[in-house]
Amino acid sequence: MTERKITFTLNGEQRESSADPRTHLADFLRHGLGLTGTHVGCEHGVCGACTVIVDGVPVRSCLMLAVQVDGCAVETVEGLAKGGELSPLQQAFSTHHGLQCGFCTPGMLMTLEAFLRASPSPTEQDIRIAISGNICRCTGYQGIVEAALDVVAAKAISS
Amino acid sequence: MSARYFGAAVTRVEDPRLLKGQGRYVDDLELPGMLHAAFVRASMAHGRIRAIDTRDARVMPGVVAIYTMADFAEIAQGPMPPMAPHPLLTPPITYHPLAEDEVRHVGEAIAIVLADDRAKAEDAAAAVLLDIEELPAVADAVVAREAGAPRAHSRRDSNIAATLKAGFNDCDAVFAKADHVLTERFEIHRGGCHSMECRGVVASVDPHTGALTLSTSSQSPYMVRRHLATYLKRDENEIRVMTPDVGGGFGPKANVYAEEFAVAIAAIKSRRPVKWIEDRQEHFVATTQQRGQAWTLDVAFDNSGRMRAIRGSCIHDNGAYAPYGLILPATALASFPGPYALEALDITIDVVLTNLVPTSPVRGACRPNIAFLLERLADRIARHLGIDRQEVRRRSFVRADQMPYVTGLKARDGSPVSYDSGDYAGALNLVLDKIDVAGFENRRAAAAERGKLLGLGIASCVEDTGLGPFEGASVRVTPGGKVVVTTGASSQGQGHRTAFAQIAADALGVELKEVTVESADTSKFPLGISTIASRIAVTAGSSVELAARKVRTKAIAFASHRLEVGEEDLELVDAAVRVKGVSEMNVSLSEIARTLAGNTGINLPDGMEPDLAATAYFNSNALTFAYGANACEVEIDPYTGDVRVVRYVVVHDCGKLINPLIVDGQIRGGVVHGIGNTLYERMIYDEVGQPLTTTYGDYFLPMASEMPPIEIHHMETPSPRNPIGVKGAGEGGTIPAAACVISAVENALGPNGPFIPLHPISPQQVVKWIEVGAPSVTKA
Repeated sequence: MTERKITFTLNGEQRESSADPRTHLADFLRHGLGLTGTHVGCEHGVCGACTVIVDGVPVRSCLMLAVQVDGCAVETVEGLAKGGELSPLQQAFSTHHGLQCGFCTPGMLMTLEAFLRASPSPTEQDIRIAISGNICRCTGYQGIVEAALDVVAAKAISS
Repeated sequence: MSARYFGAAVTRVEDPRLLKGQGRYVDDLELPGMLHAAFVRASMAHGRIRAIDTRDARVMPGVVAIYTMADFAEIAQGPMPPMAPHPLLTPPITYHPLAEDEVRHVGEAIAIVLADDRAKAEDAAAAVLLDIEELPAVADAVVAREAGAPRAHSRRDSNIAATLKAGFNDCDAVFAKADHVLTERFEIHRGGCHSMECRGVVASVDPHTGALTLSTSSQSPYMVRRHLATYLKRDENEIRVMTPDVGGGFGPKANVYAEEFAVAIAAIKSRRPVKWIEDRQEHFVATTQQRGQAWTLDVAFDNSGRMRAIRGSCIHDNGAYAPYGLILPATALASFPGPYALEALDITIDVVLTNLVPTSPVRGACRPNIAFLLERLADRIARHLGIDRQEVRRRSFVRADQMPYVTGLKARDGSPVSYDSGDYAGALNLVLDKIDVAGFENRRAAAAERGKLLGLGIASCVEDTGLGPFEGASVRVTPGGKVVVTTGASSQGQGHRTAFAQIAADALGVELKEVTVESADTSKFPLGISTIASRIAVTAGSSVELAARKVRTKAIAFASHRLEVGEEDLELVDAAVRVKGVSEMNVSLSEIARTLAGNTGINLPDGMEPDLAATAYFNSNALTFAYGANACEVEIDPYTGDVRVVRYVVVHDCGKLINPLIVDGQIRGGVVHGIGNTLYERMIYDEVGQPLTTTYGDYFLPMASEMPPIEIHHMETPSPRNPIGVKGAGEGGTIPAAACVISAVENALGPNGPFIPLHPISPQQVVKWIEVGAPSVTKA
């Protein structure tokens, strides 16, 4: 099949690449670009493990074709820790034991990253609904919810 | 020395890497020249293979090879060796790496396609033409047990693979003299495991030595090595198996799978590295499932509500093969009598073959089933006698003053099973206090005003943990003063690296960050068994402690020689052995390690072996018994039948806690798994074995929006059976959860509602129960 050229920004950096038209964004990120932080859990758009942010919106990268990101800004889990330091949300995940096997974690982080930018002061139930499209089999979700609430509270204090 | 890390809720050393997207799971591995595999799988539940035509597929773009079982003949033949041989399974009922001439469930692998990339491999797999003669299939274990039922294996005379029995004392005699006897039928439906990472394996062959290396998403890398070596007639030394980061296991990844063998043989045959990553649809049809059982039980009890004896039988849905032997049904038997001091027991399990995906332990194995039965019976007795559910339990429990308590059952080695420690009534009292049982009727009335039905559920459990014989560990101090712990125990997210580092750091007086833990690589540690049965904290944790103590003893012996001070006057603090009260007289662990690492012509102290290192295998020959009491409240919408768990409180005793953060995480995840089994997860097949729920649109997993906060209280009764006083914690959340939630639903439906003998339950069923108010039900 003929590959198509695509130009996009990835975690703030301009990238030019090419992808087979049938390759979905998750496979392109993982195997085309070697960014294996984005995980593939179901490939039918339910589990949320592959969530990345495209033009500010959380997206299931298994349901989007790579060629569709031409001209878009793509953010992945690899972009969260600036200068190698964990972001406040990442740090809160560790503090509240919001991850065990770590497989759903990148998708959870990207969903919450996009959600908290758009909704700076959510309730616990808002957070639970926001991540209701991300399945975690390990944690029972409580540590993840507490981590998000912790970030919200810290932002409220600092602002 | 006082503990500094053991018992502390330190954050996990695993976390930063995983949070940054730097985890390394099997699909993240790339090898030069690697091929990608896709399997051709059976689309019918039972059939005889007449022909496999690969001609069209073989010439498709990017395709390198397509193999069937016949193509493997020069390398290996026959069925796979059994993981857990059992005398009743002769011959063993195991898969071939690829189906030989008969397929016995939808999803069984028939051929493997190797191509440049996965997409091309899948294209070609779809172009392989199968000519399969359909045979009668059986999809229901109760039907399969009948004499005239279609046979799941055409060459077997009966679908009953084995009949297992357990019991003690004269059950019929107790029943004959009992005040009351009740009979109930129970049905527990089949579900999946659904680790978020599916399975996967990468195999490669060293072109110079022929040595085979596998990276596999497994709970049992050493078992993969052992059985692959047997199958390939190679020495274990020529096979290296390791697990990279594993994205959840929950039991099914403890099996040794046909795909692991097929990929390994494909790598040998193609002389190229081969990667296969299971997709989610394959997970639904090729990864082992759980828990399908139908039970009939009689319970004998006295006028006070004290349970005296239980007898009955079970039809156990084994699925099409028994890769894991009879471990799952045997675990069901071993889970009796739970927390109850029964006078007699008599249980029979028929293990029945069906044309469905095999079953094997999933979180709790069959312990959740047995907890469900026992707790349902306790509630049933209370209803029958018109007394409080708590009282039935208090009067029936093994008492704290009876510990250690010999249950009457025998362990696998024939020794008597004995609970080591615990206070079951104390746990129940505590959980009732914490959920505020006294205020419940007020809360129920308030919910009723909102048009909702509120119910309170309770459930207790006992869990055998720390299954032997061992997981070993080595502890080594490097010349640079770092501590390296090595063990065979694989991790799937349980935080082993953190927990083992905590144990070693305390024993050697070093900072946590100085300890590195390496695990589950057969080239780095000689022996390992499996991360199953809530056993690793007990087995490997104790071995880390014992090995670290040996290292400490050796360091002190060395320092005694070097400083010319008696050992009794030395202490190990801050990574150095020093003279008590004269801290400037010391020798660092780094210096000891450097000296013991050897240097040309420099003699070691007399009688001292090189290397500041030690290995230990704690002999875990007696189980430790964790236990718990749970209480929850559910709120039911009577118009939609929606059941919502609104509060959930756990009292749990797993002995000493190595890391409360990790233990609480294990329990919470386990409870949610159990809630999923109770309210959402239902693996449905039609009558000829076609799976109907193979996406997450059809098979529902618990999500954050439906889950309650889970409150946990620990009782810490140290186990006397290991050096660190721990009991397992990985499954104690799941085991009583279904019983607890169903108890609450039944309570919400009121005294005129049904006795609920099954799960999962559906909103439709709940609405019917509310409409009919029927006294009993049979099927959800």
